[in-house]
Amino acid sequence: MPLYAIPAAGIVLIAIVLVIVLALVYYLVSIILQLQKITAGLDEVIGNVTEIVEKSGPVNEIVNAINKDLDAGVDMLEALLVKKAGMIDAVGLVDGLYPGAAAAGFRNFPESTTVEAPRISEVYTRGTLTLARLGREAPVAMANPAGPAIRNAAAASHSAWVLYDDVRHTSPAELPRSPVIGTDAPVQYEQRDDIGQPRKRLPARNP
Amino acid sequence: MTLLWIGDAILLLVVVPIALYLLNGTLVAARNIVPSVRAIAVTAAAGSKDLDAAALLLTTQDQVSQTVAGVAGYGGSLDVILDDAE
Repeated sequence: MPLYAIPAAGIVLIAIVLVIVLALVYYLVSIILQLQKITAGLDEVIGNVTEIVEKSGPVNEIVNAINKDLDAGVDMLEALLVKKAGMIDAVGLVDGLYPGAAAAGFRNFPESTTVEAPRISEVYTRGTLTLARLGREAPVAMANPAGPAIRNAAAASHSAWVLYDDVRHTSPAELPRSPVIGTDAPVQYEQRDDIGQPRKRLPARNP
Repeated sequence: MTLLWIGDAILLLVVVPIALYLLNGTLVAARNIVPSVRAIAVTAAAGSKDLDAAALLLTTQDQVSQTVAGVAGYGGSLDVILDDAE
Protein backbone atom coordinates (compact mmCIF):
# COMPACT_ATOMS: atom_id res chain seq x y z
CA MET A 1 0.00 0.00 0.00
CA PRO A 2 1.49 3.36 -0.96
CA LEU A 3 2.14 5.97 1.73
CA TYR A 4 -0.29 8.46 0.36
CA ALA A 5 -2.99 5.86 0.85
CA ILE A 6 -2.76 6.23 4.65
CA PRO A 7 -5.83 8.00 5.97
CA ALA A 8 -5.51 11.26 7.85
CA ALA A 9 -6.43 9.57 11.10
CA GLY A 10 -3.49 7.22 10.68
CA ILE A 11 -1.11 10.11 10.14
CA VAL A 12 -2.40 11.82 13.27
CA LEU A 13 -1.93 8.58 15.13
CA ILE A 14 1.64 8.30 13.96
CA ALA A 15 2.27 11.90 14.94
CA ILE A 16 0.87 11.35 18.41
CA VAL A 17 2.94 8.24 18.90
CA LEU A 18 5.98 10.15 17.72
CA VAL A 19 5.27 12.88 20.27
CA ILE A 20 4.92 10.28 22.99
CA VAL A 21 8.18 8.67 22.02
CA LEU A 22 9.96 12.01 21.98
CA ALA A 23 8.54 12.85 25.38
CA LEU A 24 9.64 9.48 26.69
CA VAL A 25 13.11 10.01 25.33
CA TYR A 26 13.39 13.47 26.88
CA TYR A 27 12.15 12.46 30.28
CA LEU A 28 13.98 9.15 30.43
CA VAL A 29 17.25 10.73 29.40
CA SER A 30 16.76 13.42 32.01
CA ILE A 31 16.01 10.78 34.63
CA ILE A 32 19.08 8.81 33.58
CA LEU A 33 21.23 11.90 34.04
CA GLN A 34 19.78 12.50 37.49
CA LEU A 35 20.32 8.86 38.42
CA GLN A 36 23.92 9.14 37.31
CA LYS A 37 24.34 12.13 39.62
CA ILE A 38 22.74 10.15 42.41
CA THR A 39 25.06 7.23 41.75
CA ALA A 40 28.10 9.51 41.85
CA GLY A 41 26.88 11.05 45.10
CA LEU A 42 26.25 7.65 46.64
CA ASP A 43 29.72 6.52 45.60
CA GLU A 44 31.13 9.48 47.51
CA VAL A 45 28.91 8.64 50.47
CA ILE A 46 30.05 5.04 50.43
CA GLY A 47 33.68 6.15 50.41
CA ASN A 48 33.18 8.44 53.38
CA VAL A 49 31.12 5.87 55.27
CA THR A 50 33.84 3.31 54.66
CA GLU A 51 36.35 5.74 56.15
CA ILE A 52 34.06 6.22 59.15
CA VAL A 53 33.79 2.48 59.65
CA GLU A 54 37.55 2.02 59.38
CA LYS A 55 38.31 4.89 61.73
CA SER A 56 35.70 3.93 64.30
CA GLY A 57 36.52 0.24 64.18
CA PRO A 58 39.12 0.14 66.99
CA VAL A 59 37.34 2.78 69.06
CA ASN A 60 35.22 0.27 70.92
CA GLU A 61 38.18 -1.85 71.90
CA ILE A 62 40.25 1.16 72.98
CA VAL A 63 37.42 2.72 74.96
CA ASN A 64 36.78 -0.59 76.70
CA ALA A 65 40.47 -0.80 77.60
CA ILE A 66 40.40 2.78 78.92
CA ASN A 67 37.27 2.03 80.94
CA LYS A 68 38.93 -1.08 82.32
CA ASP A 69 41.93 0.95 83.48
CA LEU A 70 39.70 3.62 84.96
CA ASP A 71 37.59 0.97 86.68
CA ALA A 72 40.72 -0.43 88.27
CA GLY A 73 41.68 3.07 89.42
CA VAL A 74 38.24 3.73 90.85
CA ASP A 75 38.21 0.38 92.63
CA MET A 76 41.61 1.07 94.14
CA LEU A 77 40.73 4.59 95.27
CA GLU A 78 37.40 3.52 96.71
CA ALA A 79 39.00 0.70 98.62
CA LEU A 80 41.77 3.00 99.87
CA LEU A 81 39.32 5.68 100.96
CA VAL A 82 37.12 3.23 102.80
CA LYS A 83 40.11 1.56 104.38
CA LYS A 84 41.67 4.77 105.59
CA ALA A 85 38.67 6.92 106.44
CA GLY A 86 36.15 4.28 107.31
CA MET A 87 32.88 3.71 105.54
CA ILE A 88 30.95 6.47 107.28
CA ASP A 89 33.58 9.19 106.91
CA ALA A 90 34.33 8.09 103.37
CA VAL A 91 30.70 8.43 102.38
CA GLY A 92 30.52 11.78 104.16
CA LEU A 93 33.65 13.02 102.45
CA VAL A 94 32.46 12.00 99.00
CA ASP A 95 29.05 13.47 99.67
CA GLY A 96 30.71 16.68 100.77
CA LEU A 97 32.69 16.90 97.58
CA TYR A 98 29.85 15.80 95.35
CA PRO A 99 26.51 16.56 97.00
CA GLY A 100 24.08 13.72 96.52
CA ALA A 101 26.74 11.15 95.73
CA ALA A 102 26.08 9.36 99.00
CA ALA A 103 22.83 8.05 97.58
CA ALA A 104 24.71 6.22 94.85
CA GLY A 105 27.28 4.91 97.29
CA PHE A 106 30.51 3.22 96.35
CA ARG A 107 30.51 0.84 93.47
CA ASN A 108 32.23 -2.00 95.23
CA PHE A 109 30.62 -1.41 98.61
CA PRO A 110 26.87 -1.97 98.29
CA GLU A 111 26.42 -1.35 101.99
CA SER A 112 27.60 2.23 101.47
CA THR A 113 24.20 3.16 100.09
CA THR A 114 22.65 2.57 103.48
CA VAL A 115 25.14 4.75 105.35
CA GLU A 116 23.81 8.06 106.58
CA ALA A 117 26.45 10.46 105.33
CA PRO A 118 27.86 12.78 108.01
CA ARG A 119 27.79 16.42 106.98
CA ILE A 120 31.51 16.73 106.78
CA SER A 121 31.39 19.54 104.25
CA GLU A 122 29.43 21.72 106.68
CA VAL A 123 32.12 21.41 109.31
CA TYR A 124 35.31 21.16 107.31
CA THR A 125 36.32 22.84 104.11
CA ARG A 126 36.87 20.71 101.10
CA GLY A 127 39.75 18.38 101.58
CA THR A 128 40.44 19.43 105.13
CA LEU A 129 39.71 16.02 106.51
CA THR A 130 42.18 14.37 104.19
CA LEU A 131 44.78 17.05 104.72
CA ALA A 132 44.37 16.75 108.45
CA ARG A 133 44.92 13.05 108.30
CA LEU A 134 47.95 13.58 106.11
CA GLY A 135 49.32 16.36 108.32
CA ARG A 136 49.16 14.41 111.51
CA GLU A 137 51.61 11.92 110.19
CA ALA A 138 53.37 13.97 107.57
CA PRO A 139 56.87 12.82 106.71
CA VAL A 140 58.13 16.36 107.38
CA ALA A 141 58.07 15.49 111.06
CA MET A 142 60.97 13.16 110.40
CA ALA A 143 63.20 16.26 110.48
CA ASN A 144 62.48 16.84 114.12
CA PRO A 145 65.86 17.00 116.00
CA ALA A 146 64.26 15.12 118.81
CA GLY A 147 63.62 12.22 116.53
CA PRO A 148 60.66 11.03 114.56
CA ALA A 149 58.12 12.32 116.99
CA ILE A 150 55.20 11.85 114.72
CA ARG A 151 56.02 9.29 112.12
CA ASN A 152 55.94 5.90 113.61
CA ALA A 153 55.11 3.26 111.05
CA ALA A 154 54.56 0.65 113.68
CA ALA A 155 52.22 2.71 115.81
CA ALA A 156 51.35 5.74 113.78
CA SER A 157 47.90 6.06 115.22
CA HIS A 158 49.32 6.02 118.72
CA SER A 159 51.77 8.82 117.99
CA ALA A 160 49.07 10.97 116.48
CA TRP A 161 46.71 10.19 119.29
CA VAL A 162 49.32 11.17 121.86
CA LEU A 163 50.04 14.47 120.19
CA TYR A 164 46.51 15.65 119.64
CA ASP A 165 44.08 14.00 121.98
CA ASP A 166 46.09 14.07 125.17
CA VAL A 167 48.31 17.08 124.72
CA ARG A 168 47.62 18.83 128.02
CA HIS A 169 47.58 15.96 130.44
CA THR A 170 49.88 13.03 130.81
CA SER A 171 51.93 12.82 127.71
CA PRO A 172 54.24 13.40 126.09
CA ALA A 173 56.53 13.72 129.06
CA GLU A 174 58.52 16.58 127.57
CA LEU A 175 55.71 19.06 127.89
CA PRO A 176 56.04 21.35 130.95
CA ARG A 177 53.67 20.60 133.73
CA SER A 178 51.26 23.13 135.08
CA PRO A 179 52.70 25.05 138.05
CA VAL A 180 51.89 23.65 141.44
CA ILE A 181 50.48 26.17 143.85
CA GLY A 182 49.81 26.05 147.57
CA THR A 183 51.78 25.91 150.75
CA ASP A 184 53.40 22.62 149.79
CA ALA A 185 54.35 23.79 146.32
CA PRO A 186 57.98 23.11 145.40
CA VAL A 187 58.41 26.72 144.38
CA GLN A 188 57.31 29.33 146.89
CA TYR A 189 56.78 32.82 145.67
CA GLU A 190 57.19 35.96 147.72
CA GLN A 191 53.93 37.03 149.26
CA ARG A 192 52.65 40.42 148.28
CA ASP A 193 51.65 42.73 151.09
CA ASP A 194 48.80 44.36 149.26
CA ILE A 195 46.91 41.15 148.78
CA GLY A 196 43.97 41.03 151.16
CA GLN A 197 44.43 44.68 152.25
CA PRO A 198 41.89 47.46 151.59
CA ARG A 199 42.26 49.02 148.18
CA LYS A 200 44.31 52.19 148.12
CA ARG A 201 42.29 55.36 147.82
CA LEU A 202 43.23 57.70 145.05
CA PRO A 203 43.55 61.45 145.95
CA ALA A 204 40.41 63.45 145.57
CA ARG A 205 39.99 65.11 142.24
CA ASN A 206 39.92 68.93 142.21
CA PRO A 207 36.71 70.38 140.88
CA MET B 1 -12.27 5.43 10.19
CA THR B 2 -14.35 6.89 12.95
CA LEU B 3 -12.89 4.45 15.43
CA LEU B 4 -9.43 5.51 14.36
CA TRP B 5 -10.25 9.12 15.11
CA ILE B 6 -11.71 8.14 18.44
CA GLY B 7 -8.50 6.26 19.21
CA ASP B 8 -6.45 9.30 18.24
CA ALA B 9 -8.53 11.48 20.50
CA ILE B 10 -8.17 9.10 23.44
CA LEU B 11 -4.47 8.87 22.81
CA LEU B 12 -4.06 12.60 22.66
CA LEU B 13 -6.39 13.58 25.47
CA VAL B 14 -5.85 10.75 27.96
CA VAL B 15 -2.71 8.72 27.33
CA VAL B 16 -0.35 11.56 26.51
CA PRO B 17 -1.28 13.72 29.54
CA ILE B 18 -1.02 10.75 31.88
CA ALA B 19 2.32 9.70 30.42
CA LEU B 20 3.67 13.23 30.66
CA TYR B 21 2.40 13.57 34.22
CA LEU B 22 4.03 10.35 35.34
CA LEU B 23 7.31 11.04 33.56
CA ASN B 24 7.46 14.56 34.94
CA GLY B 25 6.80 13.32 38.45
CA THR B 26 9.58 10.76 38.15
CA LEU B 27 11.98 13.38 36.87
CA VAL B 28 11.10 15.82 39.65
CA ALA B 29 11.60 13.10 42.27
CA ALA B 30 14.96 12.16 40.79
CA ARG B 31 16.03 15.79 40.77
CA ASN B 32 15.00 16.14 44.41
CA ILE B 33 17.11 13.17 45.42
CA VAL B 34 20.33 14.70 44.08
CA PRO B 35 20.64 17.53 46.67
CA SER B 36 19.86 15.10 49.46
CA VAL B 37 22.57 12.73 48.30
CA ARG B 38 25.03 15.60 48.06
CA ALA B 39 24.12 16.71 51.58
CA ILE B 40 24.61 13.16 52.85
CA ALA B 41 27.98 13.01 51.14
CA VAL B 42 29.06 16.28 52.75
CA THR B 43 27.86 15.08 56.14
CA ALA B 44 29.63 11.75 55.78
CA ALA B 45 32.81 13.55 54.79
CA ALA B 46 32.51 15.80 57.85
CA GLY B 47 31.87 12.77 60.06
CA SER B 48 34.88 11.02 58.63
CA LYS B 49 36.99 14.10 59.24
CA ASP B 50 35.73 14.33 62.82
CA LEU B 51 36.91 10.79 63.40
CA ASP B 52 40.46 11.73 62.48
CA ALA B 53 40.98 12.34 66.19
CA ALA B 54 39.99 8.77 66.97
CA ALA B 55 43.59 7.76 66.43
CA LEU B 56 44.50 9.88 69.43
CA LEU B 57 42.56 7.44 71.57
CA LEU B 58 45.64 5.27 71.49
CA THR B 59 47.56 8.10 73.14
CA THR B 60 44.70 8.58 75.59
CA GLN B 61 44.76 4.90 76.42
CA ASP B 62 48.47 5.05 77.08
CA GLN B 63 48.10 8.19 79.20
CA VAL B 64 45.27 6.65 81.20
CA SER B 65 47.31 3.56 81.84
CA GLN B 66 50.23 5.63 83.05
CA THR B 67 47.96 7.81 85.18
CA VAL B 68 46.27 4.85 86.80
CA ALA B 69 49.66 3.32 87.45
CA GLY B 70 50.79 6.58 89.07
CA VAL B 71 47.62 6.76 91.14
CA ALA B 72 48.17 3.18 92.21
CA GLY B 73 51.68 4.14 93.30
CA TYR B 74 50.40 7.07 95.29
CA GLY B 75 47.68 4.89 96.74
CA GLY B 76 50.24 2.36 97.86
CA SER B 77 52.27 5.10 99.50
CA LEU B 78 49.20 6.51 101.20
CA ASP B 79 48.34 3.05 102.38
CA VAL B 80 51.70 2.94 104.12
CA ILE B 81 51.68 6.51 105.42
CA LEU B 82 48.13 6.67 106.75
CA ASP B 83 46.79 4.43 109.38
CA ASP B 84 43.61 2.54 108.76
CA ALA B 85 40.28 3.62 110.12
CA GLU B 86 39.17 1.95 113.32
